[in-house]
Amino acid sequence: MSDPPHRRRAHASSSDLERYAGLFAERTRVMRSSAMRDLMAITARPEVISLAGGLPDTSTFPPQTFAAQMTRIAQESAAEALQYGPTEGFRETVDCIVEVMGAEGMLPDPDDVIVTTGGQQAIDLICKALVDPGDAVICEAPTYPGAIPVFCSYQAETIQIECDAEGMRIAELEDTLERLEVEGRRPKLIYSVPTFQNPAGVTMSLERRRRLVELARQRELLVVEDNPYGLLRFGGEALPPLYQLDGGDFVLYIGTFSKILSPGIRLGWAVAPPPVMEKVVLGKQASDLCTSTLTQYFVREYFAEGRWREYIASLGDIYRSRRDAMVEALGRYFPPQASWTEPEGGLFIWATLPPYIDTSDLLARALREDVAFVPGQAAYVDGRGRNSMRLNFSAGDEDEIREGIRRIGKAIEAQVELYGALTNSATSAPAPAKESDMDSPALPRPGVESEKDGGDVLPFRKAGGA
Amino acid sequence: MLKGGRSLERGVSLRSGARVEDALERLGHEVLPLEADGEMVKHLAAERPDVAFVAMHGSGGEDGTAQELLEILGIPFTGPGVAACGRCMDKVQAKHGFRAAGVPTPDWFAFNETAFRELGAADALGGLEERLGFPLVVKPSRGGSALGIKFAESWFDVPEALVSAFSYDDRVLLERFVDGRELAVSVLGDEPLPVVEAIPQSGDLYDFEARYEIGRTSFVCPAELSGGETAAVTAAALGAYAALGCSGFSRVDLILAADGPQVLEVNAIPGLTDTSLLPQAAEAAGMTFEDLVAKILELAVDGDQSSRSGDAGRATRGARSSA
Repeated sequence: MSDPPHRRRAHASSSDLERYAGLFAERTRVMRSSAMRDLMAITARPEVISLAGGLPDTSTFPPQTFAAQMTRIAQESAAEALQYGPTEGFRETVDCIVEVMGAEGMLPDPDDVIVTTGGQQAIDLICKALVDPGDAVICEAPTYPGAIPVFCSYQAETIQIECDAEGMRIAELEDTLERLEVEGRRPKLIYSVPTFQNPAGVTMSLERRRRLVELARQRELLVVEDNPYGLLRFGGEALPPLYQLDGGDFVLYIGTFSKILSPGIRLGWAVAPPPVMEKVVLGKQASDLCTSTLTQYFVREYFAEGRWREYIASLGDIYRSRRDAMVEALGRYFPPQASWTEPEGGLFIWATLPPYIDTSDLLARALREDVAFVPGQAAYVDGRGRNSMRLNFSAGDEDEIREGIRRIGKAIEAQVELYGALTNSATSAPAPAKESDMDSPALPRPGVESEKDGGDVLPFRKAGGA
Repeated sequence: MLKGGRSLERGVSLRSGARVEDALERLGHEVLPLEADGEMVKHLAAERPDVAFVAMHGSGGEDGTAQELLEILGIPFTGPGVAACGRCMDKVQAKHGFRAAGVPTPDWFAFNETAFRELGAADALGGLEERLGFPLVVKPSRGGSALGIKFAESWFDVPEALVSAFSYDDRVLLERFVDGRELAVSVLGDEPLPVVEAIPQSGDLYDFEARYEIGRTSFVCPAELSGGETAAVTAAALGAYAALGCSGFSRVDLILAADGPQVLEVNAIPGLTDTSLLPQAAEAAGMTFEDLVAKILELAVDGDQSSRSGDAGRATRGARSSA
């Protein structure tokens, strides 16, 4: 018997269903779930190579270190580690956070820091403190897929600003702010992942960082800098975080231990000026009182050991090699019409296919080949991104990555060939060239680029290109 | 209780399965939940259940595959037999069945992927506008829950829609778009249940997400129809059910257009989740979910073999009295 029989909570009858439906809060109507959830359920099959997740590789963390630290906590601090802690987090945890931020040139006041249950909770708490239903929230296009449900659950109107190789297009942002001002509106926050962006893998240029910070200051707007990947750089020059450029007046900062240590410990943080922090702390009290005490003790022990920088460097080496394997495989197995980003850090590559391929449907074909990715649509609120996909290179080893990309390439090739067969000989029908199709903004559109920021929108590297 | 499987509708199946399991337990049955995987036949052969409740959707479970195995093992099962499942699963086959039986269904053309790749079928698409008109609906022939279904407003959309549909199956159909009310008639045994109308709250298509998210679609049951409309819709549904040789239970999806009902498809094993239409229809007929499950089980155990035309050798082993 694969499943032992057990008692289960009674399920709703359809009249109950109607009753529940009548009880749901208005915000649940805009909370997004998706068909993708069902498709993703299939990716859990062991034979599937999943390039869909955003998982760091935790297998390289030495089990002996983990055992020694947890043992020490049990022996020396069991009662405290099993107790509630302060809502803001332990001062010792905050000291570790200040150390991590210092590694990227930031010097936050420890009093401005709150320890959260992952970076995800920091996004939630900031929105909880700032966003009323109908408020405008600005983010990148594409944006972190996990931020969208947060914006939706606070009933924000999410406005997405196009990205190119230098990150968010600030000129477009300015235009949008002007337009909103004409409507008498001011966005509550501008959410950005400026470094090794999820999902696009691009990094905002220094010039744009400066302009964004300047804009926030001039207009007294809050920028939320989400920086989970900044320390996972394996190429190029490090750029100052927005928080450092601004000094922390108009930039709220979100960090996490998820990608540099472990996502399982659910430890992240937010940095905000005192008036904002006060509201964030109240919000956190209502949400979960405090972040896990036990895992805060773990981080304290881990940092006391003093080898955290080495560990991050070792992760960087692993991910660099995996990125190289993915980029190489993309060049070999993706068709010439495809293009993709080549990140200098982080976990993701963003690939864009010809506009006639819907990657949600492609996923169905890819799953028959036992491979999965995240369809680009997940990173947009408005149905854009249909011909794009997010590919993760941190979770699997080089062989898995190559094989995964080979299988996706095979599925794409089938689509491309079919489309060719459908259009080349369809002489009786007009050729379906969609020059004016705004549904595929992530594709380079030569001749349409009057944007003063310059350069193609995402992505910027063509298949077979140098 | 067979559930899960590898189809794209696996998640829906697990939800259907969980709900039915509860009902079966409350009815006093001993339930053996079985994930449809490589061990399924081994477990079935070892456990010899009195009856198999099939709550699988999509390929593998709703297309007759699992049913065929159950026949070989001599285990009675719920829902339609092998041949009917096969006909329901393949929309093109089903539509031929409707046409042959005089059941109204929208005009269509069907193509295999090889027809485009090797036979230059694209040249035949020119006839579409004249024969079907725009907009038209492009669907994978085998697939459920609206996955891969696209509207083509004009020529420009057709190749892209075909590429999407061919992601799910190597055969697709292009169907005349029929504007009207979206209705579903569930048939239990040979009795039609009250008509359900599905009214999507957003978007122009009753899509996968709307189908399984509470609150995304509103349902009216019984649908507000005139006596004549109800009669026409029910007659079309029963005609479709019979045309494909269904038995036990199934759900017929139709559009009620200005000039009468048009049958789109028959779901051999409709969803039994919290948001599914069959349980709602049963409730409108005064049945609880347990009543519905008990009835489905009863139909399986002493099933009317004559209605399973084409299903030779259907097991007739009676249930032991544990039921």
